[in-house]
Amino acid sequence: MSGAPPTLGLMSENAEPPLPLPAAGPTRSTVRSLLRLRSYAHPIRWYLIGAVLAALVASAAVLVVPLVLGRIVDGPIGHHDQHALWPLIGLLLLLGAAEAGLFGLRRVLIARPLAKVEAAMRRDLYAKLQRLPVSFHDRWPSGQLLSRATSDMYTLRLFLAFPLVFLIVNSLMFLAGSALMLTLDWRLGLIALIPAIPLVLLCVHFETRYSAAARLAQDQNGDLATVLEESVLGIRILKSFGRRRSMARRFAEQAERLRGTELRKARMLADLWALIVGLPEAALGTSLAVGAVLVAHDELSTGTLVAFLSTALALRWPVESLGWLLAYSNEAGTAADRFFDVMDTVEEVPLAATDAAPNGDGIRFTGVRFRYPDAPAGSPDLLRGIDLHIRHGETVALVGATGSGKTTLTALLPRLYETTAGSITLDGQDITRLPLPRLREIVAVAFEDPTLFSASVRENVLMGAPEATPELLERALAVAQAGFVGQLPQGADTEVGEQGLSLSGGQRQRLALARAVVGDPDFLVLDDPLSALDVHTEALVEQALREVLTGTTALVVAHRPSTVLLADRVAVLVEGRILAVDTHQRLLENCPEYRELMSGESALEASVTR
Amino acid sequence: MTVLAPEEELPVLADEEIPVPPGAPTALLRSLLAPHRGRVLGAMLMILLQQAALQSGPLLVALAMDQGIPALRRHDSGPLIAVTAGYLGCAALSTLLQRAFIRLTGRLNQDVLLDLRTRIFRHAQRLGLDFHERYTSGRIISRGTSDVDALRELLNEGLQELLAVLLSVCYIAVILLVMDWRLGLLALSSVLPMALLVRMFRRRSSRVYRTSRTAVASVIVRFTETMNGIRPVQAFRREQANLDAFDEANRQYATANANGLLEMARYVGFSRAAANLWVTLVVLVGAYLVTDGSLEVGVLTGFVLYLRRLYDPIDQLAMFLNSYQSAAAALEKIAGLLAHEPSVAEPSAPLPLPPTSATGRTVAFTDTAFAYRTGKVVLPAFSLTLPAGRTTAIVGATGAGKSTLAKLLARFYDPTQGQVTLDGVDLRELSTTELRRGIVMVTQESFLFSGTVAENIAIGRPDASRAEIEAAAKAIGAHDFITALPDGYDTDVRKRGGRISAGQRQLVAFARALLADPAVLILDEATSSLDIPGEQAVQRAMRTVLAGRTAVIIAHRLSTVEIADRVLVMESGRIIEDGTPAELIAGSGSFATLHTAWRESLV
Repeated sequence: MSGAPPTLGLMSENAEPPLPLPAAGPTRSTVRSLLRLRSYAHPIRWYLIGAVLAALVASAAVLVVPLVLGRIVDGPIGHHDQHALWPLIGLLLLLGAAEAGLFGLRRVLIARPLAKVEAAMRRDLYAKLQRLPVSFHDRWPSGQLLSRATSDMYTLRLFLAFPLVFLIVNSLMFLAGSALMLTLDWRLGLIALIPAIPLVLLCVHFETRYSAAARLAQDQNGDLATVLEESVLGIRILKSFGRRRSMARRFAEQAERLRGTELRKARMLADLWALIVGLPEAALGTSLAVGAVLVAHDELSTGTLVAFLSTALALRWPVESLGWLLAYSNEAGTAADRFFDVMDTVEEVPLAATDAAPNGDGIRFTGVRFRYPDAPAGSPDLLRGIDLHIRHGETVALVGATGSGKTTLTALLPRLYETTAGSITLDGQDITRLPLPRLREIVAVAFEDPTLFSASVRENVLMGAPEATPELLERALAVAQAGFVGQLPQGADTEVGEQGLSLSGGQRQRLALARAVVGDPDFLVLDDPLSALDVHTEALVEQALREVLTGTTALVVAHRPSTVLLADRVAVLVEGRILAVDTHQRLLENCPEYRELMSGESALEASVTR
Repeated sequence: MTVLAPEEELPVLADEEIPVPPGAPTALLRSLLAPHRGRVLGAMLMILLQQAALQSGPLLVALAMDQGIPALRRHDSGPLIAVTAGYLGCAALSTLLQRAFIRLTGRLNQDVLLDLRTRIFRHAQRLGLDFHERYTSGRIISRGTSDVDALRELLNEGLQELLAVLLSVCYIAVILLVMDWRLGLLALSSVLPMALLVRMFRRRSSRVYRTSRTAVASVIVRFTETMNGIRPVQAFRREQANLDAFDEANRQYATANANGLLEMARYVGFSRAAANLWVTLVVLVGAYLVTDGSLEVGVLTGFVLYLRRLYDPIDQLAMFLNSYQSAAAALEKIAGLLAHEPSVAEPSAPLPLPPTSATGRTVAFTDTAFAYRTGKVVLPAFSLTLPAGRTTAIVGATGAGKSTLAKLLARFYDPTQGQVTLDGVDLRELSTTELRRGIVMVTQESFLFSGTVAENIAIGRPDASRAEIEAAAKAIGAHDFITALPDGYDTDVRKRGGRISAGQRQLVAFARALLADPAVLILDEATSSLDIPGEQAVQRAMRTVLAGRTAVIIAHRLSTVEIADRVLVMESGRIIEDGTPAELIAGSGSFATLHTAWRESLV
């Protein structure tokens, strides 16, 4: 099962929200948001319908009970007829059993299906987030995403389990009860029902205000999760500067803000509850007085009054429940909005696959320009027309000042970001016309910041080539000088990453390098692959890498001469363009910018000393 | 080459949980509620009155029927008016009390949650680095998010429900006994099966909920790991494998959820059945009593109305139990985290540092050793003095123990033997504030917090002025790239964090350390991602900055070593060479070999 297709539905105006902000615009409505859940509810519709039916019949049984009681009072008790009592008692017993059984059945019916729906939604969200481009993740704090995957999903499941069913059941029960009361005595019925009109109006008014607050609270919850997450991920910095108090203050401020919103919600709820409890009680008191007068004037039997009052009391729960049903539905509506905020994000539509056969042209950048989607207007592009050709089997080092866009350039190759203009071809095939999995299969990257996943060392390395043999794994580990793997508790099967052993920066970098080279990729991108290695290891890795790089088309981001020497030629990136491409030696002689980058001497100093 | 031992050989803690001291969850709950004792009492009082007002309804109905109607027939409308007025008064009272109660408990709940969230946050910050290295970030996050949510659910819905339920049961019990003790006793005997059902439910569901809390934590761990590493995930087509792993965790969570719901269904079904059985019994017996003439019809009516109310809370009770079980499981996890003592404890009576001399502070390791909890020795006992104002470089292969030594000095870990002193004061005797003012460590990973670049630098000294922040950035050569960012120093790094390169992040980290102006500065491979001009700018800055400071530089680049007064070469946790750079280069040790190799690699 795949995620919901990029919907161009009701929320399309929010397809790419600049930031997850409260979206309580005039066009949103709780009902509409909740209706969008139907694609998830559809597979379990029979269970849901069954649950509603079970609850309906059970509630009907509840409504019939007062009638039977009235009959008992007017009949067997009034006439002292004990024989007539037994069938009625039997009926009462039957009704009770039916009610209990059906209410139980309602819950049994939906237990597993609902848990599955929740899981399916969470899975779709996760899958969607994995597909969304890196630029999306740059914009969304991960705490906000996390709170969507946990708290919001829980809210939605609970909505399907109770409020949805009971909104239907209780409305119907209310209607049936009202009809019953009107039939028993229309005057009393009217008195009891009149408060329903202001109640409904007030509830509608409440809905709009409450859902705005609910959305705000959910978003603030997400912000709180983000601060918590950052404080854990940045723990070393906070500790080394002794800044845990100021971070705690920041957390406390956010938490205070959330508290404020929650209090506003509580105040609204308190008002709503007062209305929902107060109005019907007042009506009931009035009808009691009127009913008593009617009975005294013999216009009404005692049994009917008992039945009427029992019915009115039995309807208290459906009416009272309205308060939290509405509140809950509102929360669920905003939770659904938050879910669809992400799900509606438009995904890149793949272009028709290329039919050009690979022609051994290597990597070719033509007029590549790039700016980040959210870069401020008026700022120059980061990359302003990159033209670079890396011949088949050639290794080119990319050199440039810190922040000149080297890493960004490497991210364009596996299409982690999309070029703003220009084209990149691999062996003559435009990368935008290669299916993404295929593209990422032939391009292997070792990132500057080596991330390992919660999996064994073996899995982490073989991620680059799932079908690789054990020999290839050995070779890749050898290239990366990752001999330490053999010393780990379970060797290559040792779990690393978040849920396993934490490795040092140098060790992680070597595994990331092994991952990049294991599949013998056609195109290799190494982003400063040796930065975290000590001199000794660096020399060994270089030696081994040199062999791998022969015959591989590779782009290597380099900061220092030792890494540059891995390459056949060097490209110098200055102000968003490739200033020069040549061998290391010739560039040193002819390119002052390069000399400065490699030796640290400023161009001026160099020309003076020469 | 020597085979290197992993630097961090720590026990894998994948499914292991921190032990929860017995009674900790209850103690936690009590300590959370204790400051609000007054309000808790107030709330209880309110609900007491509110329930009294609410529960008088059927009693008044019975009165209206047994007294009001006959009186009216005698053309005496007094009793009926009185009863009606009473009914309306009670309705108004219960309404107002309900409103006040919700407001009061809302405030109470939010204060408790705020307290709890802050405690979790502060405690997570206090815990030692060794803990954070073992206990994954995702699990701490899940303690502070989904576990707190579970408790919120309990406080928001559950507690109020429970109070109302308990009180209404008590009231109704009393009223029933007063109305007719025979029927009353019969009705109350239903408490027995009800209690049995609740017990059964609790026993069965607590197991389910514990599983569910663990399962959700594992979902969160998977989730955060993917989102924080989205670049490699996509580049290595890890999506499917991730999805499979996530599916597995997600499925377990779903199963636990479904089991919880099924337990609840069982409980509700059986309780409802028992309740209905009792109602029927009461009606049957009541009918006989009425025909005997020993019971009024009105009393029976009131009785049955009350009886239905007595069992009304079954669903509420189920919901309460549900959120209670889930919150109890969550509370247990939170209590476990909060009860975990930081391995690096704050001293109860901190000592002050002597005033700083012009040359910084002296650091001394005395017979210091460090081993992991598994017993594996990382640093065998050694003694070392780093005189004030000197810059010492530590070199050695990965895993030689350089970082561990630095972490001991920064008091990220405490030594297992011996001591580390700063100007003669044991680090363990210093308050955190004093310690962090004295010693700052810059590591190679340079995490940026959300906020602006200026705010990130100001972490070094929160009260620094903008001019001071800029001065620090200029000193380290970060000013140019920062001013080139869209909003300069006010650029939000989280929004554009991906754009700030690793090298630039390291410069920000440096500026932060400069701003902090510590007496002792530790640089742990802090220049690894800088390019040569960047590194040289940093080194130039260091020459001035390090004057009057004690510095420890861990580097694998020998260029960094050149600014040091002294070099230590480490291997397998031992210092094997010690001298000035010139001495060591001139010698024939491993540093000399390394240096030659490095020279050759240069242009």
